[in-house]
Amino acid sequence: MKQLVEKHPLAIRWFHWVNFPVLSLMIWSGMWIYWANDVYRIGWGNTTLLKFFPQSFYEAFNIPFQLAKGMSWHFVLMWVFFLNGLLYVGYTIFSGEWRYLLPTRHSFKEAIQVVLHDLGLSKKPLPMRKFNGAQQIAYTSVILMGVGSVLSGLAIYKPVQFAWLTQLLGGYEFARIIHFALTIGYVLFFIVHIAQVVRAGWNNFRAMVAGFEVVEVDSATHEVTAGPTALPAAGASLSTNNLADRSSHV
Amino acid sequence: MSEESPVPAPAENSQAPLRPEAEVLAEARRRSRRSFIGLGLAGLAGLGGWKWLISQPEDDGIPRPLRQVLDANGRLSHAYYKQTRLAPEFARSRARTPRKNGTYGLKTELDPATWRMRVQGYGTDTVQEFTLADVQALPKVDMVTELKCIEGWSVVVHWAGARLSDFLAKYPLATRSGYPFDPRNPPADLAPYAGLATPDGNYYVGLDMDTVLHPQTLLCYEMNGKPLTPEHGAPLRLVTPLKYGIKHLKRIGTMTFAVARPKDLWAEMGYDWDSGH
Repeated sequence: MKQLVEKHPLAIRWFHWVNFPVLSLMIWSGMWIYWANDVYRIGWGNTTLLKFFPQSFYEAFNIPFQLAKGMSWHFVLMWVFFLNGLLYVGYTIFSGEWRYLLPTRHSFKEAIQVVLHDLGLSKKPLPMRKFNGAQQIAYTSVILMGVGSVLSGLAIYKPVQFAWLTQLLGGYEFARIIHFALTIGYVLFFIVHIAQVVRAGWNNFRAMVAGFEVVEVDSATHEVTAGPTALPAAGASLSTNNLADRSSHV
Repeated sequence: MSEESPVPAPAENSQAPLRPEAEVLAEARRRSRRSFIGLGLAGLAGLGGWKWLISQPEDDGIPRPLRQVLDANGRLSHAYYKQTRLAPEFARSRARTPRKNGTYGLKTELDPATWRMRVQGYGTDTVQEFTLADVQALPKVDMVTELKCIEGWSVVVHWAGARLSDFLAKYPLATRSGYPFDPRNPPADLAPYAGLATPDGNYYVGLDMDTVLHPQTLLCYEMNGKPLTPEHGAPLRLVTPLKYGIKHLKRIGTMTFAVARPKDLWAEMGYDWDSGH
């Protein structure tokens, strides 16, 4: 029997969808800034495996000669990025959502299982929980990356007023490298994230917009027997009961 | 927490009847529709806000609201600013020659013998002229700091010169009263801003008085142990690790003081007026 299960609170959906365009624009304006001194590459000696970035990339995304514009957008949107992230972290702490999101000592083992499963190397079913170990690690890491971007950004934005921070991050030039590497990290996160969302299907995606998932419930026992995606398990609610009601149960 | 038992526990209110499937699916449809329309509208509102922003009249090369936020950022960092915070210094062995980016204000020949720095006293019409020897008579300060270009590169340079604050303490041109003052405890009639320009007036920068009086802001005449070369700003240039390189005016010709922010070449081209570190 199909039933609705609440998955993502409204606040988290807002933080998620505000962050998406804002971070995209931060990356884009960041590229406008980076272009003016585009010295990073992957390689050694005279061998370059990957240059950040090839001319064709710059042209495709309209990057060249926009340093001033890039800086102005970057130093405006940084506030939105920072405040949205701060509200998200505050919300997860005060609402108790952090319980689903923070990795536990089991998460790392489970994450390996999830990766093997997703690569088709393991047939073991995925854990039936709101966020599995791999998700917990990924969603917590990306928040830590956000903190890293804010701190490394501050270190290169005000390297004298926050000289202690700049020194802590290995100096002005190294802080710039950290800031850049984290950006590449977001892009890699984004690629995996999109692939996983496509794979998980509509029900899962809709939950990030509408908040709920439709699950199959055994009408006799009221047990959730099938959900198209990772289910909100023990802590989640069928219609009225909430986390507090259940804490005594588990 | 549930990680011990991956299979979901039965619902607490297992006695309560489940809702009919038709009702559940109708609610799912209703909520989906509402949420997706909401997200779509929020997206359109965001796009509309963006279009509005970029259609705003420009203020020195960028839409006015962006300029206002940059200025607010500048005020915020000045509220946090402390005269005692210093830019890190490095070993002299790390000093290199900086790239010379551009020749604004340096396109004419300069005769070092006739060069003078012309400083107009705050709130007066009188202009006082200074020779390089006048500046060199002040205590010489050596400083090995990082020159940070707004393009994103940086280089450690060994600078030497006189503190601008020492110059203004000896020649009190930055106060309305014209009395000497202690840079660490500046008087109320001190000008809030200073403007510097090349002799031809083609390159000009504006500085807040905090930066002017900072102990690492130099009237610089030596780079890496040698007198400045023309392309690096001979005979006298500004050096301050509190600002991006765009404010390190080469070949200082004039200095003035003002109540409002003096014009700044790069700020007019869309950069942050403060550009402070």
